[in-house]
Amino acid sequence: MSARGSKRRTERNPVGTTTPTYLGMPKFPKLAAPELRNPVLRHNLQMATHTIRDKRAEVVAEVEDWEVLRLDGARSKDAALNDLDHHLEELERNLQAAGATVHWARDAGEACRIVTDLVRATGTDEIVKVKSMATQEIELNEALEAAGIDAWETDLAELIVQLGHDRPSHILVPAIHRNRSQIREIFAREMGKVGRPAPEGLTDDPAQLAEAARQHLRDKFLRAKVAISGANFAVADTGTLVVLESEGNGRMCLTLPETLISVVGIEKVVPTWEDLGTFMQLLPRSSTGERMNPYTTMWTGAAPDDGPQDVHVVLLDNGRTRVLEDELGREALRCIRCSACLNVCPVYERAGGHAYGSVYPGPIGAVLTPQLRGTTSDIDRSLPYASSLCGACFEACPVRIDIPRMLVELRSQVVDQQRGGLPSAEAAGLRAASWVFGNHKRLEGVQAGAAAASRLLSRRSIGQLPWPASAWTEARNAPAPATESFRSWWRRTHEEEGS
Amino acid sequence: MINSAREEILGRIRHALDETGARATSGGAPPGPASPASPADSRQREEMVTLFVERTADYRAVVERCAPAQVARHVDAALRANGVSRVVIPPGLDRDWLSAVTAQVVIDNGPSTANLEGYDGVVTAASVGIAETGTIVLDHTVDQGRRALTLVPDVHVCVVSESQVTADVPGAIRLLRPAIDARRPLTWISGPSATSDIELNRIEGVHGPRHLHVIVVQD
Repeated sequence: MSARGSKRRTERNPVGTTTPTYLGMPKFPKLAAPELRNPVLRHNLQMATHTIRDKRAEVVAEVEDWEVLRLDGARSKDAALNDLDHHLEELERNLQAAGATVHWARDAGEACRIVTDLVRATGTDEIVKVKSMATQEIELNEALEAAGIDAWETDLAELIVQLGHDRPSHILVPAIHRNRSQIREIFAREMGKVGRPAPEGLTDDPAQLAEAARQHLRDKFLRAKVAISGANFAVADTGTLVVLESEGNGRMCLTLPETLISVVGIEKVVPTWEDLGTFMQLLPRSSTGERMNPYTTMWTGAAPDDGPQDVHVVLLDNGRTRVLEDELGREALRCIRCSACLNVCPVYERAGGHAYGSVYPGPIGAVLTPQLRGTTSDIDRSLPYASSLCGACFEACPVRIDIPRMLVELRSQVVDQQRGGLPSAEAAGLRAASWVFGNHKRLEGVQAGAAAASRLLSRRSIGQLPWPASAWTEARNAPAPATESFRSWWRRTHEEEGS
Repeated sequence: MINSAREEILGRIRHALDETGARATSGGAPPGPASPASPADSRQREEMVTLFVERTADYRAVVERCAPAQVARHVDAALRANGVSRVVIPPGLDRDWLSAVTAQVVIDNGPSTANLEGYDGVVTAASVGIAETGTIVLDHTVDQGRRALTLVPDVHVCVVSESQVTADVPGAIRLLRPAIDARRPLTWISGPSATSDIELNRIEGVHGPRHLHVIVVQD
């Protein structure tokens, strides 16, 4: 039972890079505060998360043995992770045999350098991109831009985010915080600056907006010499990479250019081709709430006379081997980035994705980011607390990542790390409370004082208290003290009955 | 430089796994969920094909069933219904399927990608159909053509035979193993291209073919 007592953890492997966008970000409650005051955002988020969670529930209920599938997904990922070195070597051998070149990147900077050099070697100054969390994590677009290379996002939501000079706020639907009229405005204003402008008289009809994106990107697809992708899965025993998508932008990028560079986190490996039989059921139903996503491409190196002939795969660590060191925490590496945990999370639904200070928002971000980047910054230390521990995320997770348990473990790590030095406000407060509760006279004295204060306050909750109680009230309201203590109420209403 | 990164990452992994005793917990894993074998008796097969048709139509593809002798008529009708005037076909496609077609037919012999923009339709065969999910899988052999062929034209007419339909995803994965071992690329298609990125409204037709027409042929 005592998970903490038996946990085995070493701390040798380095953390991943905190990229410039997220460097020095304040803690979660500070980031969430402005988002909570934005009614448009809250409305967009609530509508989107509820729609998608209902769809998911429907298609999951259709599967008779969903729980068996979840167990098998977890088993397969654990088998991959518990022998990760061998599976990666096997993947590399099979990729090379199929004509692909394999690169290894220890961190974000190294991955960006490898990709930038590969693009430069082709002589082109623009690339098209398939939506990929790994390339966002390493801020590849920014690195390419610094090298004078234009990177065009081709997923509709990523395009909205890129044209809006914005940050993604959801793993699956990164523009979930935007509504149709905001999107229309971004398209009309920005498309012309970087290519084919939006058509005259563009309305906020979603079909028209999608058509504008189709037209805008068509030239870029047909012209591109280089595409950059991630991968949902990398199959060790065949050397096959897999990308699931909906719009066809993925197929365009994976098929039409001459050079294809895929940045793949080392935890994306699955041992065998047969494992896909499980994941191709778990992922679409958990992410978009469909029985199957419209398009999936599976490719093994360079196919003769079909698609890119110059194929590269960059295997990325960037903190993953550090997560692997933690016996409990490594479960987070099972994640297949479906985002089901975001859609069911009461905290995400209200705070939105930007408050998590990372490309991985929501419950999975709250456990993954502090493990990947360490807990030395304000934002990363605060993430394990960005949860009510309600457990909905674990129930929704298709690979059974025990996120609540991991959050508790991470909280204890953060607390351990801060031991020594001045006692915290919480520790001082608890010591004072123990003194007060230790004697009934003291308790009654404090209660009388609180009741008097409450009569002055005349409201039911307090939004802001002075330090050190501000540590509590910056994240939640404090209830106003009762106007009368239970003890005095009892005395007033019962004592005369002679009890 | 690249090699040293490789050695370092593999070293980190070995350290992480060996120090925490993780390797001991792997191995002896239970097998995945059993998948029902594809039904042998004809009533069950008929139910499976019916499900394939329903589920494919569910994602707003147009689906119809016909006898082998009627394929040509259905292909022609599908192309006409979508107003296709120039159709491209893979080199190994059964030419009988096009015997009734009035649109101009061109055989793909590897023209440049830009040239594919000149076609408004494509007709192909398929490799596997998955009943449970309404999915067709192309393994891009000679009757399905290179990947770009079924991507750039706006109308895709796909002919699937009933014997290619399998019950579920694990069954399809097993059937596709030889294609993967031969390092052929695969494309899984479930309905026409779609997006839900704008307020989660499903919109058909972004970049891939906006019209998918599936013809299921009796064996």
